[in-house]
Formats: sequence, C-alpha cells, structure tokens
Amino acid sequence: MRTVKLVDLAKTIRSKNAGTDKITFDIIFREKENYERVKQSGVLTRARVAELFHIPEERISDFHEFDPALAIKFTLYRSRPSGSPGESDIFGCQQYPPLLDLEVPVE
Amino acid sequence: MVRRKETLRILCPNGHLGFAPTKEESFWIGAETRPDYYCCDSGSDDIGPVPLGTDTSVSPYDWQLHDLELMLLAARRQGVPMMIGSAGDTGTNSRVERYIEIIRKLARKHRLKAFKLVAFYSELDKAELRRRMESGVVVAGLDNRPALTRQELEATERIVAMAGVHPFMKALALGADVVIGGRSSDAAIFAAAALHEGFPEEHAYYLGKVLECASFCAEPYMAKETVIGTVTHRDVTVTAMHPAQRCTVASVAGHAMYERSNAFYEHFAGGTLDMTGCRYEQVDEKSTRVTGQRFLASADGIRVKLEGSGRVGERFIGIVGIRDPYSIRHIDQVIGWARSQVEERFAGRPYELYYHVYGRNGVMGELEPVREIRSHELCLVVEGVAPTAEMAEEVTLIGSRQIFYARLPEVKGTAGTAAFVIDGVLPAPPAYRWTLNHVLPVADPLELFPIREMVIRDGEEGA
Repeated sequence: MRTVKLVDLAKTIRSKNAGTDKITFDIIFREKENYERVKQSGVLTRARVAELFHIPEERISDFHEFDPALAIKFTLYRSRPSGSPGESDIFGCQQYPPLLDLEVPVE
Repeated sequence: MVRRKETLRILCPNGHLGFAPTKEESFWIGAETRPDYYCCDSGSDDIGPVPLGTDTSVSPYDWQLHDLELMLLAARRQGVPMMIGSAGDTGTNSRVERYIEIIRKLARKHRLKAFKLVAFYSELDKAELRRRMESGVVVAGLDNRPALTRQELEATERIVAMAGVHPFMKALALGADVVIGGRSSDAAIFAAAALHEGFPEEHAYYLGKVLECASFCAEPYMAKETVIGTVTHRDVTVTAMHPAQRCTVASVAGHAMYERSNAFYEHFAGGTLDMTGCRYEQVDEKSTRVTGQRFLASADGIRVKLEGSGRVGERFIGIVGIRDPYSIRHIDQVIGWARSQVEERFAGRPYELYYHVYGRNGVMGELEPVREIRSHELCLVVEGVAPTAEMAEEVTLIGSRQIFYARLPEVKGTAGTAAFVIDGVLPAPPAYRWTLNHVLPVADPLELFPIREMVIRDGEEGA
C-alpha cells in the first residue's frame, strides 16, 4: 500500500503548553480530503499516539477531531510541570516532530 | 436612557504585552479606525514557575514601556478605555505597581490630561489561603492534581489568583480610563469590556477567546501584529490589521484550540464557553465572522484558579561536549560515574542532578521515540540544584568535571573524555516548581482582587 508522510498532508503540526501540567498537539489540514484521509486511516488514535510516545493511554487527557478547523488535537499530561528542574521544554513546543514522519496510507 | 450600542470594536496589539515589542505599523492602522477599547494581556504561565517565584519579569522594562506607551497615547487621544491584564508577565502586586509607575511616567512625559486609573491586585496571601483551608475549604487540583495539602501550601513561595471578568467590569463601572490588572484570564479582559457595554455573554467571551493572542488568529503566521474584534448582539467578527495578514476561517477556527487542551470548551471564573456549535464564515478578505457559541454559567458557584510557585533550590548549569565514539556508546555509564562521584561527596544531603543529553533525547526526554544515538557528538547540559548556591555549584561542577574523568574499561582517550567551552559552571536562575494549579471556591468573585482607584494628573496621583 502506498503511504505518504503526515508532514506532506498537514498544513500545521505543532505542540504547545496547555497550562502548567499538559502539552497539547494540533495537526491542522488545509484540504478537507487530507483531513478525512488521516481521520479514516486510523494512524492517529489514542492507542497509536500512546505507542508513538511510549506512554500509557492514561497520559492522554484529550483526543478529538475538530471539524471546523480541519484539525486533530490531543493533549498529554507532562511527566512533571513545565519549568521544573530537570524539565527541558518550558513551552512544550518541540514535542511534535515524531508526528511528522507518520506514514498515512493513501490508496 | 443611554441607547444600547449595536457594535463594539476592541483593538488587541499583542498576545503578551512586553514579551516582544508590539509592531507599530499595524497598530497605527488599527488605531486610525478609532476602536472603542484598547485591551491587551501581558502575562502567561508559559514562562515557567521562576518569575512568579522570584517576583520578576521576563520582559525587559523598555519593551513594557514601549507597548504601554503606544496603547496609552492612542487610547487617551481618543478618550476611550485601555485595559491590561496580568501585568508584567506574572500579574503579581509588584508588577501591577511597576505598570502604574510606567503609566505615571508616560502621562508626565506626554503631559496627558488628567485621567482615572483603576488597578486591581491578584496576589493571594499564603496565610489567608491557610485560614480558608483550616475552615474546611477544599482547594481542588486541576489536571489530575490532588487537592492542595498543607505541605504543598507551605512549600509555596507566592500565589496569584486568576481574575475573571469581574474586577475589570468593576473598574469600568468606576469610570476607569486605564485599567491595570493583576493576574487574570487573558480572554476576560476583552470579555469584560463587551459585557460592560451590554453584549451577550457568549459573544463577549468568544470575542476574548479569539483576540487574546492578537495576530495568532490570522495568517500567515506573524506575531505581535494588531487585530480588531467586533462584537454585536448576534456575532463576533475578527479582522487582521497587518497589510499582509488575513483572518480566515482556517486561522480563526485553528486559533480556538491554540494552547488549550480542548478545542470545544474554555473555562472561566463563573462559567464555560462552549464552542462546539461555532460556525465560521469569511465576510471579507481580512475578516471572519463567528456565530453559534454558547456560554454556560457554572451551576456550582464561582471557582477561581490559583497559580503557585515554590522554591526548590539554587541552581547551576554545566555544559559538556563529547566526541569520543566509545564514550558516546556508553554514555549512560559515563553519566553513572559522574553521578556516583557527586553522591560520594554529598550522600545524605538534599540535591538534584539532571543530565540533558542533546544528541540523544535532550529535547524530548522520555517522550523521544528515537532510542539509539545517531549523532557523532553529544552535548550534556548538567543541571544541579541544592539548598545553597555553594553546594549547587559544587554538585554541578563535580557532575560536569567527572565526565572528563569517567572510568570506562576500554576508552582510548586517557587524557580526558569531555570538551568544555569553559572550565567551570554557570549560575542559573534558582529552581522553582509549580506547586499550585488549583481552584478555590469563592462567594464573591471580587473578594480575592482588591481594587485601587486614582486620578493621574501631570503624572502624579491626585484625589
């Protein structure tokens, strides 16, 4: 089956703090067909996200599709609050790159 | 009888006033359209717990002054209100004072006609919170945190309460020309203006939600550019002021979920904005209209969010480079050696020591899916925390220098396995942690936010 990387289908892939204890991820599409394709592919689900980041599913506080923005959004609990000693991404804005290379079936 | 306003236009110049300077071109394009209010948020919990703990700003004074000057001059020229929330990054009392001083200084510099300034304060005294807890009030945790314990309260250095619309509305009712607010919900600043002018809650709160980050609701991506939100009794419309930016259905809808764990709901002191049914519509090249939002008043009274920061210790940072491939392959053993040397020196005493291994998982830590090292060199950032600066320096220095002396059985480079930019460690801001991300039930939404009124005349405070 032919696949395309998520980075080539999405307009925006980002992560950012959602308060002090969570990081939220947004995958936003320009074209509705790409949004629908990814939604239906099953590549982005709670289970797949947990697997990708090596975390239990309970670490995912929210996961939803947001049709008005053609977006898939999920949020993770941080292992420790932002800016704590030992913590390395105070804004939570460099946690999305593993999503870029997700292979999405296109056939 | 005062005729009810049909539309209200609010200008927002910056998503975080002072953090990076407001861009002036789009600001003046917006100001030329004579908006009814100038509103801006100036704080965030994004910046981590250190500024709240140490009661400092991360924004330079000159940038704060620059951004306040633009807003004050435009607002005073038109004779319309200007409102700032979360003064000075953290919204503590000292930051509110700083902003009042800046406003005074600017009034003097520009010889502004007398105007009324209303400020409110958001710091919550630890003793006051302790008293409430002792009287049986439960301070519930947010985001899976347990309820606040006495121990966590005592570990806290400083607390701010997050104001909703109420103190801003009170200030406007008192006839404020300029409002300087302590810590507050970003959206509440804008929502309060719309509510004060009699617009429906759902549109007022949505207006705040969409405006709070200024040009982040427009495309292409540009920060610190001005946008204007227009509220009517039926809808909200948002318009980009920068010549090259547009508010599109995609950019506005996309912004609804920015920095929020949930794209459908946003909670405020007193209720929840429900964006599930929002409809977005492009009305002209630079504007998008939004309808269908709802506001649900809380059924169980008003709960105010609290943020608290507690000191962990003094902190130093060491920077260590490694090029030797054998050491890179055995980096965990190398770090293990350095840790053992710190432990040998400080066993039984409280310290924390962290290794950020850039080239392996320095950015993502445990979330990093790439498990093998693909780089030919590594940078270790060594972070040492201890009760005193002397001890933190020594912890960090041993933790860094012992990388140089790491004992690996087959290492070829026996004259040192670490490269240093400097042979020493760097003092870093002290370490703090977020101790409070909780909510406090209140009887009166104003009770945590004392209000102060003054008239600024020739830059001086008058009666």
